[in-house]
Amino acid sequence: MQFEFSDEQQELRDSVRRFFERECPVTAVRAVIDAGTGYDPALWRKVGDGAFLATAIPEEYGGIGAGYLELCVVAEECGRVLAPLPTLSAIYQVAEYLMIAGSEAQKRRWLPRIAAAEAIGALALNEGVGEMRADRVAARVSGGRLIGEKLPVADGMAADFAIVAARDEAETLGFYLVELDAPGVAREAVETLDPSRGHARIVFSGAEAEPLGKGDRGWTLVEEIRDRAAVPAAFEQVGGADRALADARDYALGRYAFGRPIASFQAIKHMLADVYVANELARSNAYYGAWALSAGSDKLSLAAASARVAATAAFQRASASNIQVHGGMGFTWEYDCHLYYRRSAYLALALGGPSLWEDRLIEFRRAAAA
Amino acid sequence: MNFDDTPEEAVFRAKARQWIADNAPHELDAELRASTEGKLRLTSVDPLVAARDWQRRKSEAGWATPHWPVEYGGGGLNSIQRVIWSEEEGLYAKLSQHFLIGVGMCGPTMMAWASEGQKRERLPKLSSGEEIWCQLFSEPAAGSDLAGIRTRAVRDGDDWVINGQKIWTSYAREARWGLLITRTDPTVAKHSGLTMFFLDMRSPGVEVRPIRQMNNEASFNEVFFTDVRIPDAQRLGAPGQGWEVALTTLMNERATLAGRVDTGFDELLDFCERLETGSNRRAIDDARVRSRLAQFAIRDSGLRFTAFRSISALSRGAQPGPENSIGKLVSAVVEQDMAQFALDLEGEAGLLADPALASDRGRFQSILLRSPSMRIAGGSDEILRNIIAERVLGLPADIRADKDVAFEDIPTAATAQRG
Repeated sequence: MQFEFSDEQQELRDSVRRFFERECPVTAVRAVIDAGTGYDPALWRKVGDGAFLATAIPEEYGGIGAGYLELCVVAEECGRVLAPLPTLSAIYQVAEYLMIAGSEAQKRRWLPRIAAAEAIGALALNEGVGEMRADRVAARVSGGRLIGEKLPVADGMAADFAIVAARDEAETLGFYLVELDAPGVAREAVETLDPSRGHARIVFSGAEAEPLGKGDRGWTLVEEIRDRAAVPAAFEQVGGADRALADARDYALGRYAFGRPIASFQAIKHMLADVYVANELARSNAYYGAWALSAGSDKLSLAAASARVAATAAFQRASASNIQVHGGMGFTWEYDCHLYYRRSAYLALALGGPSLWEDRLIEFRRAAAA
Repeated sequence: MNFDDTPEEAVFRAKARQWIADNAPHELDAELRASTEGKLRLTSVDPLVAARDWQRRKSEAGWATPHWPVEYGGGGLNSIQRVIWSEEEGLYAKLSQHFLIGVGMCGPTMMAWASEGQKRERLPKLSSGEEIWCQLFSEPAAGSDLAGIRTRAVRDGDDWVINGQKIWTSYAREARWGLLITRTDPTVAKHSGLTMFFLDMRSPGVEVRPIRQMNNEASFNEVFFTDVRIPDAQRLGAPGQGWEVALTTLMNERATLAGRVDTGFDELLDFCERLETGSNRRAIDDARVRSRLAQFAIRDSGLRFTAFRSISALSRGAQPGPENSIGKLVSAVVEQDMAQFALDLEGEAGLLADPALASDRGRFQSILLRSPSMRIAGGSDEILRNIIAERVLGLPADIRADKDVAFEDIPTAATAQRG
């Protein structure tokens, strides 16, 4: 038993942190928001050069093949700097769809390009308002052509291809690879809570659709990969929550009122202590998730749900408290507080919202207790 | 990162499990299961007798204080083995509560500050449960402001003479020894005039009075000292060094409380599985119930894994730090919230406190009435938040009206009234 990252993983963290501090200052995040590009192509290419996000992709497909603990380390650092990168879509999900369900040819075609940041894959499940379930998939594939509308699709504008949930002529739900520059695809950027990670509406009108793998995987694949993605996503949330806490702390130490730093008032001290506690509980749950993911444990579903619920709560609390500590300045566009608040909202809802994960958490705790 | 046992750890776990299977008081299983944390509900046997019996059996096999050095009654186990042991001890750990203060706080303080002879004499008996210890710290006018204690110790030849009063002392009635913090110099600033002793609770002039608590039990006591004599040899640290000695105790207190993170979540989950809320409907079927449970669950698992992380750090030689304040801060509130939630699910019958009539023999009613004490004892919620804010986050200390003032000149309610 060992409940910490190894020395080598800590060294990786240090070097990745230095990289992101240099290459992804908050001005870079703001530039993405101002330009409306939805991600930072230059940063994405540099990440590809360092293969930071390819740690869990096997070497034979162009990755590092180091594993998921390393991916979690990198994810936390991405979260800390609010990296405007397609991590949840391309890395935590689409790469997993390919590795778990893709054909050999599909893996060879796309995984090396994702690993090198030469291609972005998006995941197109959602079809409008409401929790995404199998019975809400209306997109349809007939004769290898896809018709339907997907909204919202994370990184849908930046992506080269998408994995799309759709039904075939026999009403069977499946997953299809669709290239997004092909005919029969129309896409537009949509306004979301967090413009540093762009989203799109994609309308498919007869686009060419290739079944993922043998085309025999149903909705359980979505749940399986969501469990896997929830763990690095939780690390992004933990990283963001820690940064929001540090931001609040720094401001409280520097801001004077009533003749003293506001950090000396118990109202502020106790608020930040509670943020710290929530962050630590989230971190500990996330560590368990990282282990379960990396070890291929049968406890992954429980661990992922625990990590996800705790990390969502922590980041939401930390980012809201950060605004509160900043007072009126926290409500301005100029100060960075809203960037963390927006990112916490995006990460809370991506992969399904908090109540979905609360429900799964209890389902799996019940199973563990039985 | 590895939450599984290594092959060596698996062998150790099997050994611990086998020993428990062969030696634990299995006849008490049902009663122990019905006992909430902090309250032994044993009727078939005197709880103290059962507790001492289990402690002695563990001690003979080296499991009582498994992380202590062997010469002081320990088993010489490392931190990870200690986690494995406590996981395996499970239910029977509830029998250890009489000894927690001794093992967790007084023992480590003695280990750091007592003479070698004193350690060899006292610690094995503490470990085996033969001698129970209590912590004589809080006073009527000094709780969160612990350094404001007023119990006086005055040097008289080879002895010190003690006069004053302590309060909120757990197990004072059963204790043979107590760790006592006193004021030896009121003319200097409050932290500087303190001195620590260990006291034979059978000394003449020691009087223990149980406190009738809001939950109609009496686990806490008042302890009065009238001209109690303590040999100077039982002083821990130099005169005036008492605060430093107390910090050893308090830091270990936090680590001890952090290590015991059974929030009772599994019992609440089980309760929701069983509680009927309609025809063919249980509480657990309600999405609102599951949502609340999930928020409790992340605290339960989060505390457990946070304790594991602390132990990993300790196993690499770290000292128990202020971050250990999390454990009690979270678990005390969670216990209270979970009790209120469980009673809500019972409808108006949640009022029933008679164990014969209430669901689960009144488990949650009992926790509800006990839980306020958990949020105060061992550092109140507010003190723990201050510790996290100041010692972990590096925020400024509170502005104090008594800083650098001689203890005897610090304002009190009495001096304020006199104007």
